[in-house]
Amino acid sequence: MPSPADVFLWGALPYAAVALLVTGLIWRWRYDRFGWTTRSSELYESRLLRFGSPIFHVGLLFVLAGHLIGLFIPQGWTDAIGFDENDYHTMALWVGITAGVLTFFGIMLLIWRRRTTGPVFLATTVNDKIMYVFLVGALGLGLSTTLINASGPGYNYRTDIAPWVRSLFVFQPEVSLMANTPVEYRIHAVSGLLLFAILPFTRLVHSFTAPVPYLFRPYIVYRARDPHVIGTTAPRRGWERSDI
Amino acid sequence: MRVMSQIAMVMNLDKCIGCHTCSVTCKQTWTSRPGVEYVWFNNVETRPGQGYPRRYEDQERWRGGWRLTRRGRLVPRSGGRLRRLASIFANPLLPNIRDYYEPWTYDYQSVAEAPLGDDFPVAAPRSLLSGKPMSTIAWSANWDDSLGGMPQHGEDDVILNRIQEKIKLEFEQTFMFYLPRICEHCLNPSCVASCPSGALYKRVEDGIVLVDQDRCRGWRMCVTGCPYKKMYFNHRTGKAEKCTFCFPRIEVGLPTVCSETCVGRLRNIGVLLYDADRVPQAAATPREQDLYPAQLGVFLDPHDPQVGVEAERAGIPHEWMEAARRSPVYDLITRYGVALPLHPEYRTLPMVWYVPPLSPVVEAITAAGHDGEDHENLFGAIEKLRIPVSYLAGLFTAGDPAPVELALRRLAAMRAHRRRLNLGDAADPAIAESVGFTVEQLDDMYRLLALSKYEDRYVIPTAGAGDVRALEESALTGCSLNYEGGPGMGGGTASGPFGEASGRPAPLSVETFHILRDRSTADTSADTSGLRGRVNLLNWDGRGLPEGMFPPGAGNGSTGSRDGETAGGAGPDAGAGEITGRPPQEGETTRRPFQKGPNP
Ligand code: HEM
Ligand code: SF4
Ligand code: SF4
Repeated sequence: MPSPADVFLWGALPYAAVALLVTGLIWRWRYDRFGWTTRSSELYESRLLRFGSPIFHVGLLFVLAGHLIGLFIPQGWTDAIGFDENDYHTMALWVGITAGVLTFFGIMLLIWRRRTTGPVFLATTVNDKIMYVFLVGALGLGLSTTLINASGPGYNYRTDIAPWVRSLFVFQPEVSLMANTPVEYRIHAVSGLLLFAILPFTRLVHSFTAPVPYLFRPYIVYRARDPHVIGTTAPRRGWERSDI
Repeated sequence: MRVMSQIAMVMNLDKCIGCHTCSVTCKQTWTSRPGVEYVWFNNVETRPGQGYPRRYEDQERWRGGWRLTRRGRLVPRSGGRLRRLASIFANPLLPNIRDYYEPWTYDYQSVAEAPLGDDFPVAAPRSLLSGKPMSTIAWSANWDDSLGGMPQHGEDDVILNRIQEKIKLEFEQTFMFYLPRICEHCLNPSCVASCPSGALYKRVEDGIVLVDQDRCRGWRMCVTGCPYKKMYFNHRTGKAEKCTFCFPRIEVGLPTVCSETCVGRLRNIGVLLYDADRVPQAAATPREQDLYPAQLGVFLDPHDPQVGVEAERAGIPHEWMEAARRSPVYDLITRYGVALPLHPEYRTLPMVWYVPPLSPVVEAITAAGHDGEDHENLFGAIEKLRIPVSYLAGLFTAGDPAPVELALRRLAAMRAHRRRLNLGDAADPAIAESVGFTVEQLDDMYRLLALSKYEDRYVIPTAGAGDVRALEESALTGCSLNYEGGPGMGGGTASGPFGEASGRPAPLSVETFHILRDRSTADTSADTSGLRGRVNLLNWDGRGLPEGMFPPGAGNGSTGSRDGETAGGAGPDAGAGEITGRPPQEGETTRRPFQKGPNP
């Protein structure tokens, strides 16, 4: 029997986090599209950003890809194509450590820049500061998990953690799978879930509007004027212009 | 043929006196807010000079506008879509704030609080970005105004760098004019092309290029894309902003604020019809010098019946056709051929054109002791004064002197012709003929360029077509009260649920209104709570210390007295406490004029 704490952490928290993520995104899209931006600080300072930002983002994209592969490709599949578990483990660790270290170095550089560059620091909101705690927390815990894994005897998370994640998607969370995993994995999982939960309410929302459609659109955009709006404001309901 | 209409502007540079009225009124209307302190949708540069931002014309460095590939295709000079996305995390082609200038204020508080002494207290400059003292103010939007500091950075004029003649210093002494610049509202806008989120768009009805503030995600690629550097990044909201051609005014038939307030009455606004199908071809004209004629070829003659039919099919309203037929802009560009585009070589097909200045030539002749109003003298000088012509050609025709010379000769002919009439001589048709005109044409041109009656220089059709209620309200960007979120919500200084700069943007007029009202009614200081470390000093009247003017703990001994004091928040005594730097003591009389509350 899993303890109530386990049920909460591995059976309820993931759904709560994702629910917050989704409703938060919808809500913010509906009510705060104006606040949906990277709030770039490159205008103030570009020397450090030029290194920090690409290192962080590219590293992070690799980290994300690593999570997707590790958690959603069952071990049975890699075994089936004859991919040796040991080789997989070694490869995953090396790629993971590289990406993780890059990302962590990147974010540290960015935070250092943020603290030491006067204008950038002044433009940092309380919201940003809270966000950085969660972000660095999740990244740091994830990286240390990987490092512990690499320095110790090794741990195959594809036999318990990955199946647990997949069980969430079919709404039959196998809580007991998580109950006996090493503690660093459990802390990292919780920190990741918390990060998901706050994503929509921070500047991190910019990642959900990555401008992929740009690749497929004509260069010049034409748009017709909204015939009901003159100036910048739409008339209130009931006060629209009539066509008569 | 696909007929589209465009609201365009022509500025007659001969009449610009460099007073910056246009810049100031524009700034008060659009950019007197925190986050855009350094932004001038309209700026006036002295030529020769570096411009604003510094050396923006150096496209080897900034890579704005379009480039023609070897196979004749147009791509943004800064790179195609993949290149742009690859540099999205950090954009090396983004100008730094110092390429514009670091906005600053003065530490007036130290003057107000200086103890009695022999030394005269000085208000030291402070950066508006970091709040730190600035040792020197080294640059601004028009630091080199009227050739100021020429010996030091005269060499930095991008156009001068390109001119062959070696007599640059002599040039600087004899030749100067002002160049007011706004966004060009290009037919082929590279800012739009480089926006990854598709937030920038060209309006179908009037060709005005706008930023959808709800769609902009702050990727800041448009700043790189625009070769005129007329896209700006609001560093507080994290969104791009640009000249709007005062569209709320244009929509009700009023000229832009810069035009309305122009002292020299040198701006003309009107409708131009063009063939949208021919735009890509014209922008891809191989030789840069051919871009000016190519753009002329894109414009359509509104008097042509065929064009009328096509325009009707394209849904262009009758009022717009009428306006196009009376358009001063069309006349100056096409019929008189005296207006030229700014930097056609950027291939964006700009739509704010310029009548090149003749007065420097006139002055040069007069200074040499000759009659500067005589057409023979003027014609001769235009041919002989190679430097001004090649400089102007560097600005307006990608280096081809012929169109510049023609425009100047026509202006000279107009001048000589009108001088004869003024002196009571009979008109000399030979003068007009020498530039390919009739006497009547010269007179028409004179009426438009020199007399510039209000109704002649602005021919603007309305968009709303007769909605009187909307007309009266939207002349100031819409009724300030009936936007979503309702009246009295604190205007632009309020913050959304995610801290500053989130939530629905309040209409600009509302934000400006609230700031101004706070300033004129507050007993104490401008209420800038909520602006978080950003103070707009254009709206600060020097009373009290606005919240956030200095970073916390910046000294001045004033931090203590600021606690809990926002305008109106701490009762009628707050002001006195703030000015003296300590709370008023019990029984102390506060000597403040216009005090509203009872004395303690
Ligand atoms: C592929 C999608 C993404 C794109 C295109 C993107 C792009 C950007 C851009 C343009 C900036 C502004 C940099 C500047 O000029 O100041 C930025 C900042 C930032 N991004 Fe992203 N981003 C993406 C995904 C993410 C993700 C998934 C995260 C983390 C969960 C993230 C975290 C951050 C952070 C923390 C900053 C602030 C950096 C700083 O200035 O301190 N981004 N991003
Ligand atoms: S001048 Fe205006 S329309 Fe043209 S590219 Fe620049 S911002 Fe865009
Ligand atoms: S207001 Fe008119 S005259 Fe004055 S600087 Fe502007 S364009 Fe020139």
